[in-house]
Amino acid sequence: MAIRETSAGHEALGLDEDDLRRMHYHMLLARRVDERSWILNRQGKAAFVISCQGQEAAQVGAAYNLLPGNDFLYPYYRDSGMTLLLGQTPRDQFLSLLGKKEDPNSGGRQMPGHYSSRRLNIVTSSAPVGIQYPQAAGTALAYRIRGEDGVVLVCGGEASTSGGDWHEAMNFAGIHDLPLVFLVENNVYAISVHAEFQVAGSIAKRAEGYGFPGHEVDGNDVLAVYEVARDAFGRARAGEGPTLIEAKTYRITAHSSDDDDRRYREREEIEEWRQKDPIVRFEKYLMENDILDESERDEISERIKAEVAEASKYAEDASFADPEDVLSGVYAEA
Amino acid sequence: METMNLLQAIHEGLAEEMRSDESVMVLGEDVGRAGGVFRVTQGLQEEFGAARVMDTPLAESLIVGSAIGLSVNGMRPVAEIQFADFIPPAFDQIVNEAAKFHYRSNGDWNCPITIRAPYGVVPGGALYHSQSIEAWFCNTPGLKVVAPTFPADAKAMIKSSIRDPNPVLFLEHKRTYRLIKEEVPDEDHEVPLGEARVHREGADITVVAYGLMLYTALEVAEKLSEEHGIQTEVVEPRTLYPLDKETILDSAKKTGKVLVVSEANLTGSFSGEIAAIVAHEAFEWLDGPVMRLGAPDVPAAAFARPMMDYFMPSAKEIEAAMLELARY
Repeated sequence: MAIRETSAGHEALGLDEDDLRRMHYHMLLARRVDERSWILNRQGKAAFVISCQGQEAAQVGAAYNLLPGNDFLYPYYRDSGMTLLLGQTPRDQFLSLLGKKEDPNSGGRQMPGHYSSRRLNIVTSSAPVGIQYPQAAGTALAYRIRGEDGVVLVCGGEASTSGGDWHEAMNFAGIHDLPLVFLVENNVYAISVHAEFQVAGSIAKRAEGYGFPGHEVDGNDVLAVYEVARDAFGRARAGEGPTLIEAKTYRITAHSSDDDDRRYREREEIEEWRQKDPIVRFEKYLMENDILDESERDEISERIKAEVAEASKYAEDASFADPEDVLSGVYAEA
Repeated sequence: METMNLLQAIHEGLAEEMRSDESVMVLGEDVGRAGGVFRVTQGLQEEFGAARVMDTPLAESLIVGSAIGLSVNGMRPVAEIQFADFIPPAFDQIVNEAAKFHYRSNGDWNCPITIRAPYGVVPGGALYHSQSIEAWFCNTPGLKVVAPTFPADAKAMIKSSIRDPNPVLFLEHKRTYRLIKEEVPDEDHEVPLGEARVHREGADITVVAYGLMLYTALEVAEKLSEEHGIQTEVVEPRTLYPLDKETILDSAKKTGKVLVVSEANLTGSFSGEIAAIVAHEAFEWLDGPVMRLGAPDVPAAAFARPMMDYFMPSAKEIEAAMLELARY
């Protein structure tokens, strides 16, 4: 199976310059929010960081196809590129990172990266890997039952395909032609375990066995991911069923702020992938196509820097929930 | 008012909810064309169609997980686990997901699903069609666990469960499905979740029981009344979690003597929780030890009938325990 890269320029994909600027802005924003999170961790202010770094193209390229308010997203804990694109703000991310009362994901209850927003159709997420897939299938089934044109995007890393939940959902999606897009962000590592010891054969090829298409795509090529996801969303909206996308990418950071990745991978390997940084690569495309120049790039970077600084400050100054809030909200009231 | 057994009552409750609310649906193994292995959902697919009464693949995590996802998108699913013994693959979805949706999202999301699961010892059921699994789930804040025993209660409570904005595990004792018939109100007879029922008033001893053991306890209570003049108050929790402590404590304070009976393995059973609550909160009213009867700590009921019968607390053992308690 050939790994898909951008075969066409953005015009052929139906994207205009504003689309590209929006994609670029959110990829860079996700990166800068992430970098600031690590600083807050090293300063002793953030107890835990889980990163999106390296996966921004896969995230933004796929999520760019979601129709806000119409479609549902089941993200996994690295998908800040998606949640920012859908409308969560850097403030939201830092409020969650620092466990503050205004944390929109959980009011300080959950670790960072456990996204939730009913307003944005981002379904509350958790830590057990792969548990979201059957739920996403159910959400897609509701559209099918009611004959509506909504699509569900569900995401996970390559290790999330090892457990039964992924296969159960793939099977169910295939049986009922569910309007569901599976995005597997294959970032090569499950904490310390290399994909070589995690994945038998090809993830993308497994879709064939479940009766629907699977594609391998260069996950560091935002336009390639957009293209393959656009086709998948189109299929789903037309009632033609699910699609599996395996985006080949790489986790640049350690698994989390509590992980020391020197125990299991060489610095040279990371350096090689830094050369393939999806943001740098996209900026090269934008510059070659006269959509962005150096000064604009610096201007955007400065704007994001200021936005991130403001958001971080806001969250650092924000208050914690009252301790006894831990007791509230166990049950929904009728 | 119609006379129904437990099976028919649950069926009627489901059908009425599906008629009045288009978002209510049923999914599980064999629930569609076959109408369920116990026939609880018989006829529903003909009436409501294959999409709202859906036969699923044999995958319990998928059944509950997709029910969660259906509820996210406006549906009110009733998921059936064919036998409670097969619920462990769905444990993660129930305990880590459904039960935590509301809390972990600070009230942004909720998870209005009902999970029906037939439980309890039945002849021929053996290790994997017999288990009492309630204790696994009665330590899970955010989840409600109900176990009604009488038909009228069951019909009302399946409706309350479906309408509840929280996930509800609805346990049905298989051996009580056809055991008795009673008059079941046609219209919206409501039994709210979280309320115990006093089946029989008495001043001498209290027995707390549910499922098949409740029937046995009621029979023994009649016998003791006739033969020994001992008046037993029999309390059925109906909802196990969150528990209606007040009704149980009121009875404990009235009689001063409490026996808790279930057919779950005794150690770690929910009976232990009830006993602890009584021992602590009604201590000054107690005239004897809080007693428990349950199954021995062996994996589950056996296939061979003599071994199965030996596993279950018998009417004779329950009677002996009640007499012992009455003597304090």
